[in-house]
Amino acid sequence: MDRSSVADADVCIVGAGPAGGLVAHRLAESGATVVVLEAGPRFDGDRREQLEQHVRPGLGGPWEMGGPRDAFSSTGESFYPLNAARVKGVGGSTLHWQGMVMRLHERDFELDARHGVGADWPIGYDDLRPYYAAAEREFGVAGAADNPYAPPRDEPYPLPAFRPSHSDSIFAEACERLGIDMHSVGNARNSEPYDDRSPCVGYGTCKPVCPSGAKYTAESHVEKAEAAGARVIDRARVRRLEHDEAGERVVAAAYTTPDGETHRQEATQFVLACGGVENVRLLLLSDSDRYPDGLANSSGAVGRYFMDHLFAGMGGRLDRPTRQNHVGFNTSECHQFYDDADPVNGLKLEFLNYAGPSPVIDALHADTWGDDLLDQLDESYGTHVSMGALVEQLPREDNYVGLDRETTDDLGDPVPEIHWSVDEQTEAALSRANEIQARVLDDLGVEDRWTVGPDETGPAYHHMGTTRMGDDPESSVVDAECRAHDLDNLWISGSSVFPTGGAMNPTLTIAALSLRLAESLRATLG
Amino acid sequence: MRLTRRDALAVLAGLGVTGGAVSLTQFDPPTAESTGEGRGSDGERGGDGDADDTPPTAVRETMVAAGEVVYPSAAEGVSEFVETYVVGRTRDDSRRAAMVDAATELDDVARDWEGAAFADLPADDRDRLLRELGVDAADPVPDGTLSERLRFHVVNELLYAFYASPTGGRLVGIENPIGHPGGAESYRRATMDDPETTDSGGEGDG
Ligand SMILES: Cc1cc2nc3c(=O)[nH]c(=O)nc-3n(C[C@H](O)[C@H](O)[C@H](O)COP(=O)(O)OP(=O)(O)OC[C@H]3O[C@@H](n4cnc5c(N)ncnc54)[C@H](O)[C@@H]3O)c2cc1C
Ligand code: SF4
Repeated sequence: MDRSSVADADVCIVGAGPAGGLVAHRLAESGATVVVLEAGPRFDGDRREQLEQHVRPGLGGPWEMGGPRDAFSSTGESFYPLNAARVKGVGGSTLHWQGMVMRLHERDFELDARHGVGADWPIGYDDLRPYYAAAEREFGVAGAADNPYAPPRDEPYPLPAFRPSHSDSIFAEACERLGIDMHSVGNARNSEPYDDRSPCVGYGTCKPVCPSGAKYTAESHVEKAEAAGARVIDRARVRRLEHDEAGERVVAAAYTTPDGETHRQEATQFVLACGGVENVRLLLLSDSDRYPDGLANSSGAVGRYFMDHLFAGMGGRLDRPTRQNHVGFNTSECHQFYDDADPVNGLKLEFLNYAGPSPVIDALHADTWGDDLLDQLDESYGTHVSMGALVEQLPREDNYVGLDRETTDDLGDPVPEIHWSVDEQTEAALSRANEIQARVLDDLGVEDRWTVGPDETGPAYHHMGTTRMGDDPESSVVDAECRAHDLDNLWISGSSVFPTGGAMNPTLTIAALSLRLAESLRATLG
Repeated sequence: MRLTRRDALAVLAGLGVTGGAVSLTQFDPPTAESTGEGRGSDGERGGDGDADDTPPTAVRETMVAAGEVVYPSAAEGVSEFVETYVVGRTRDDSRRAAMVDAATELDDVARDWEGAAFADLPADDRDRLLRELGVDAADPVPDGTLSERLRFHVVNELLYAFYASPTGGRLVGIENPIGHPGGAESYRRATMDDPETTDSGGEGDG
């Protein structure tokens, strides 16, 4: 295929995940000439191959992550499993994602003003509110207005919520007694046919792959962008952004294609949408005499304040069937404790519909077969329950993404370095999540308990904070429109702009910001 | 617990193998489902290679014989189920040769060590032979050592077909196992539905 650059492009977008895909679609539809450069491949064809790769041991990962292209260093106190936390390809990490989507709370935008921690956003919930609604329509979010803790909304969800699971009804007994409120949770997944995609048919493998197409992936907006005239070049790895002599504008994105050729894509406007780690890497790789510390980095904030959400969980077994692993998504959460002040970190609780092992996956790993195996599966499946939680991590300067100049990828470029640790305040919030979980499981009489708390926690794969948004060019990378303070025509789309990350999964907010960015960028094209 | 051809087709559909029923009738005797039309021409049981992508009879027999060992003793209808699955599965060119090779090598080992075709050995001997080859402990590797390949292309292929099918899943309490598009309703039920009254095919009821 021809991977050469496009003449007279208005906009060059780097990255074809949701942050790039939505901007590409909006701008292409408005008549702009749009080029999208995507490092990974297009995963065409039948998703059943990925399904089998997920279920059957011995076939490798479904999204081809982790080769020399994706090398990285993890240097902080806590190991960061970067390649489990992202996908490179048309659709980006939404190929693998779970698809839980919710809006940030009002306080997330003003945590410093309210509680003296974190960094305030230069915009508030009300600024994003119409874009949240638009983002829900773009994703086709299934949800219900039964969550008393959610921020205000003006319109119903585009699709009806998935109804609660049998497992939810077990938790509901305990939560009722304990005064813990359960409610539905937004799913970027079709509860009915929507946007030419199938309704959910219960494959149960949402993460990492939905063979039916019911789960939203950004492929959908990339395709729509192409239908509206955008050119999408896959396997095009952008290695450097070049600026003009004055250092005011980006003039080209230099990218390398699989044949080893390097091309230059020129454009009037550039949008960086590579995710919260690769956005940083590309800015740092684009250093120059004018910008020795990397592009758009006169604040020194590029790469700093890396945040993720932390997982806390608890589970065990009951003496009755719990009907897990029919579907791969959750139908209930609890946001009651989200806005609490002690600890101040946001926290949300999840009631899992995929607790414990799946018989088919267990069978394929077993060291026996026949009646022996059946006995084992009988024992291992059927009575598990578990609760999850996401906990907020506040921005800290010493959690950062940088370049490891000692280690290079297969093209010879320095790899990203993730320097990350979990601080005591976050650990306290994880313990708080465990406390609430324990109350519920105690009430239910759950046995054979396991806990993921401060000592076992891991990241939820949400890369935030590394090109933070703010009004002050001294302390932030982009302005409230997501445009770099330093360069007029460089925009950054994605969760790297979040100054503070809350505890809600980020992608609906990414989408809302992308739609807002597209509008602002469009206005500059005249 | 009776496995049917329909169960196998449901698993194949989950794997993206569809339209399999057409070629199956080329070597399967007609069943109640397929007698509607063309009994004379479709109904004959062909020999090896009657359709380009039909695996040799010996391979199908070896796979059925292995299925009888790796499936729980409560499973009935193994032969029809495995044959249907194997024929559908080997329509995938990337799998066909490796599965045929693995099954053929297993059969060769049986003839060498036990002096009989794998399919002709008593079930206990088949079980023992697979374990002596280390297949129970081997990691499944599509292009690995013999035991790794047997684990991947024979044992795990069969176990996948069984436990990703609603009928196999039911044995352990899940009628909509992972990998099977059994609809967006079963997760809401307190108990397994009645298979007699529910369509457990691949259409989904959600
Ligand atoms: C397992 C998992 C589960 C998740 N579950 C949820 C969930 O339930 N809810 C939720 O809100 N979020 C979830 N997420 C996070 C969600 O996937 C991300 O927030 C979202 O995909 C980020 O969008 P993005 O477009 O900014 O980045 P990505 O989706 O990561 O896309 C970035 C794209 O840029 C490309 N790129 C990178 N560098 C370059 C370069 N130099 N040149 C060209 N292209 C480049 C990459 O190849 C990639 O395709 C999950 C993530 C994972 C991994
Ligand atoms: S359960 Fe998940 S993987 Fe299956 S169809 Fe529904 S959304 Fe897709």
